[in-house]
Amino acid sequence: MNIALLLEMAAEATPDRIALVCDGKRWTYGDLLAAARGSFELIQESGAEYVALLDESSEAAVIAVFGAALAGVPYCPLNYRLPDADLAALLGRISPALVIGDEERVLRIAGDQDHTVLAREEFTLKAQETVPGDDAREYDPGEGVAIQLFTSGTTAAPKAAILRHANLIGYILGTVEFASADEADAALVVVPPYHIAGISALLSSIYAQRKIVMLPNFSPEGWLSLVEGETVTNAFVVPTMLARIVDAMEKGVTAQTDSLRAIAYGGGKMPLEVIHKALERFPAAGFTNAYGLTETSSTVALLGPEDHREALASDDPKIRARLTSLGKPIPTIEMEIRGENGEVLPVGEPGEIYVRGDQVSGEYKEKSALDAAGWFPTRDAGFMDEDGYLFLSGRADDVIVRGGENMSPGEIEDVLLTHPAIADACACAIPSVEWGETVGVALVTREGHSTPGEAELKELVRSRLRSSRVPERIAFVAELPYNEMGKLLRRKVKDVLAD
Amino acid sequence: MKPGTRLKSAACDTEVMVIRAADGQIECGGSPMGEAKPAEAAPLAADFSAGTLMGKRYVDADGKYELLCVKPGKGSLSVDGTALVVKDAKPLPASD
Repeated sequence: MNIALLLEMAAEATPDRIALVCDGKRWTYGDLLAAARGSFELIQESGAEYVALLDESSEAAVIAVFGAALAGVPYCPLNYRLPDADLAALLGRISPALVIGDEERVLRIAGDQDHTVLAREEFTLKAQETVPGDDAREYDPGEGVAIQLFTSGTTAAPKAAILRHANLIGYILGTVEFASADEADAALVVVPPYHIAGISALLSSIYAQRKIVMLPNFSPEGWLSLVEGETVTNAFVVPTMLARIVDAMEKGVTAQTDSLRAIAYGGGKMPLEVIHKALERFPAAGFTNAYGLTETSSTVALLGPEDHREALASDDPKIRARLTSLGKPIPTIEMEIRGENGEVLPVGEPGEIYVRGDQVSGEYKEKSALDAAGWFPTRDAGFMDEDGYLFLSGRADDVIVRGGENMSPGEIEDVLLTHPAIADACACAIPSVEWGETVGVALVTREGHSTPGEAELKELVRSRLRSSRVPERIAFVAELPYNEMGKLLRRKVKDVLAD
Repeated sequence: MKPGTRLKSAACDTEVMVIRAADGQIECGGSPMGEAKPAEAAPLAADFSAGTLMGKRYVDADGKYELLCVKPGKGSLSVDGTALVVKDAKPLPASD
């Protein structure tokens, strides 16, 4: 089944309803479907084997994803923040492509490759103007790959994760009820188009018939002003965005935000302080923490609004702790926590998170990572408590193995963050002659506090955790390195600590 | 019947996409559905005239059949004469 069906159904049901608002322009479901069908013609003419997007979010991203789907060509949005050499290498892996966006840059860095390049306006205009001929079009049945996303590749060359039509359709049909949104509903989309959350946001909103409001460049002021101007009801943010929004509001930026009913967040660890402040700033909004990966077509577990409220109101530390959990697996997903030898671990025991379900691709262009029974090893480490709530302790590769003992950086960081003078913390493995690996931490001192002594911090960890968790090396840094999605770049911290 | 096959009603406007199916006869309005619409419309059987709703998924009791309605109509869906029912969707909070 082709993902273009999602847009076809929306356009069939209500062709004249507003589907998308971007840069002040409004697009109906009918407009978008007509442009997607027009872009099918452009893609066919170009003979491209991929449709790539090298651009910020805009209507072109919506038209291209469905146009590529109709043409049976993978849609591959690229990270425009990558350096030229890295980007040229990725373009080389998808040649010949129809590349939409930064024409000048593609010609400069990949001029010797076999691409057809169209600037955003040109693509959009041509897609609108091109009307399919009278002869019936043979659109792709959707049995192949819909999306190809390059992983960030911090250790090796980026992997090409592929999502099939069947994975994405499975995700949408399993999690979204068709046309379930009111006509007044509006979802504010700020995640970049090359991120899985940016793609699933488009598919989910179109199938729910929830108007999409795009903010191509995030700023707290721009976000707040669009919430007011478009009476936004739903929004997805990464933790750093929410932190900046709350911060701007504390500094006096005001906006009418009563329309916001639902705020979802994900993509990185949410600091407790930020979620507490956000719950206060947006008392009318229900908060949802979503956990998912590129390879799983987005969300596989979530902590819903009811869980947030219950955790906040509770005196029970176990229930309060749920604010730091990822919630429970969604009904269409099976989840297991497994040990090093692949054995399923009992409740409460930390290990690697495995998932299975229609939406789980677990597939790279080079090979599939699924096991024989269809389970995908996420490389995320975590555990599930007796009530079924999932807690993440970091990437499986980030686990510190000290003399055969496995420890998660998260538990050490959480303890250090209870110190009033510590604003941010990152624990990681550093080489040790005696233990193989031992604990190193990089810390950021909170503004207005003096840097605490090493002995005091070591004692804090010793008093709350086992002595093996006490950091052997402590470094103070001005700030920790995060990527634009708010993911902590542990490998960079490791390099600093190893020096 | 292959998943992804689009079936049309002979008795009304209903169209469905096959998500899951076994070897039985899929019907709408009491008449077999097919990939092409017959030249002459079949009569709408009174027992199968409750109608289909856009975007609803219809299933049988054994979980062997699942059809997604992509175009609504006056007929209702059945397999070998047994009516299909709307699949209960558990509403999830929007997460993206």
